[in-house]
Amino acid sequence: MFDDLRDLYQEVIFDHNRNPRNFRIIENADRKVEGFNPLCGDRLTLYLQMEGDVIADASFQGSGCAISTASVSLMTEIVKGKTEIEAEELFKKFHEMTTGKDENFNLEAIGKLAVLAGVREYPARVKCATLAWHTLDAALKNEQQAISTE
Amino acid sequence: MTVFDVQKIRQDFPILKEKIRGKDLVYLDNAATCQKPQAVIDSIVHLYSHDYANVHRGVHTLSVRSTDKFEGARTKVKDFINAASEKEIIFVKGATEAINLVAQTYGKANIKTGDEIIITAMEHHSNIVPWQMLCEQTGAVLKVAPINLQGELIFDEFEKLVNDKTRLISVVHMSNALGTINPVKKIIAVAHEKGIPVLLDGAQAIPHITVDVQELDCDFYVFSAHKLYAPTGVGVLYGKQALLEAMPPYQGGGDMIRKVTFEETEYNVLPYKFEAGTPNIADVVGLGVAIDYLNGIGMESIAAYEAELLSYATAKAKQIKGLRIIGEAEHKGAILSFVLDKIHPHDIGTMLDSLGIAIRAGHHCAMPVMDFYKVPATARASFAMYNTKEEIDVLMNGIESLIEVFG
Repeated sequence: MFDDLRDLYQEVIFDHNRNPRNFRIIENADRKVEGFNPLCGDRLTLYLQMEGDVIADASFQGSGCAISTASVSLMTEIVKGKTEIEAEELFKKFHEMTTGKDENFNLEAIGKLAVLAGVREYPARVKCATLAWHTLDAALKNEQQAISTE
Repeated sequence: MTVFDVQKIRQDFPILKEKIRGKDLVYLDNAATCQKPQAVIDSIVHLYSHDYANVHRGVHTLSVRSTDKFEGARTKVKDFINAASEKEIIFVKGATEAINLVAQTYGKANIKTGDEIIITAMEHHSNIVPWQMLCEQTGAVLKVAPINLQGELIFDEFEKLVNDKTRLISVVHMSNALGTINPVKKIIAVAHEKGIPVLLDGAQAIPHITVDVQELDCDFYVFSAHKLYAPTGVGVLYGKQALLEAMPPYQGGGDMIRKVTFEETEYNVLPYKFEAGTPNIADVVGLGVAIDYLNGIGMESIAAYEAELLSYATAKAKQIKGLRIIGEAEHKGAILSFVLDKIHPHDIGTMLDSLGIAIRAGHHCAMPVMDFYKVPATARASFAMYNTKEEIDVLMNGIESLIEVFG
């Protein structure tokens, strides 16, 4: 019945929505930033534990739609073990992918995150996918202020 | 009265023939805005093609024609809500502007530090923020009458808030987020006992309920044309003549003056005192045509048909496991707000869109209502006179299928 949506709602997304990874609080986290999408009411808190410039642990709490939950869940998995610079690079790539400005974007190069590429076709849902990453960006820049996608 | 024929009505709305993602459009976002009948669309083309010039200014033929049509629409609005005079019908750009106008003119002139304004917990942001702004400017205090879990005003609590410091009560006639129809006559009776004026926000009520401002005895009534099958960009402020006469003007400019020198300005009479600048001529004319169209069907018939749609939809929705209706007031208009277990309204919205179904997913510009029900957002199906039970079946089947997909 929802054949048209197969690109947007891939099975991986349903899986992460049902069972979000790293859905917990890191006590005494080095970085803690809130992300908020006022239009949808999506709200998340991102926790990072740093070891030097490496993200040793990442987790989140909050509630949102399937796209935003899957996005933050995948992100916390993927950035673990990455340096700040590597994570920023990923953010840039992810942003390029979801905003769909580059038609020749190499989906293979972004690995697992490619499951979220479907939002390119749904402008109203791009923010759902990028909220997590904007929040990460703020955490890496050590901004304490809550992030809003509006 | 003729029999209500929904199929005939549907023929009058060209957009209902649109295919969305290859499917028949099922338009259930009428609380956000209604679609337009061909007659309204044609009236705009006709005006610009044959009768258009600026109003109230020229002696030439076109200006006279344009003015006649524009002022004719004012008379139609007056009759539609049964105001006593055209002087009480002010054209603005929407219900939001109408509320801001009252806040910034009546409010600033009459409300001082320590005075109180009462609203309810089910207001749209447009009936919250203008009063917050006024309170900030004047030092007045905003009081909020609470609602119960059904989404009804707790009348006793409202009554307790009304006191000698209350200067204005501004209440939604029908809630856009919950569908609740407020007991406005009772509210007005309580207010008038203490000589307090009442503004009714009729943005949501106007396409569903017969409004008679004299029978209601409200002091102000506001609504937007686009929710009444008319074009965007027009709203109506009704105010009792004596109140409007005493209020200072809102904006300064052309049309709202009688005489201007550099020393002083004499303001125009009602309603022009509040209509500075060239108005939205074509869309006001379109509003008049929409009112003609509705009168041809009859507001009573529309209300009866929509009540049938709502009870059909509500019964169907209650059969869906995991669906929770938000807003179950006894007196309710054709709005079905709901949430699903573990499925966010935005996912519901996207999934239904792929089936051609347009609903609203979000906070409906009523964030305090969302906070009250402890939900980030709701999905909302809102019905109009052109919707059918078959469309409600399509919606309910869609909801059941997406619940299955989400597992």
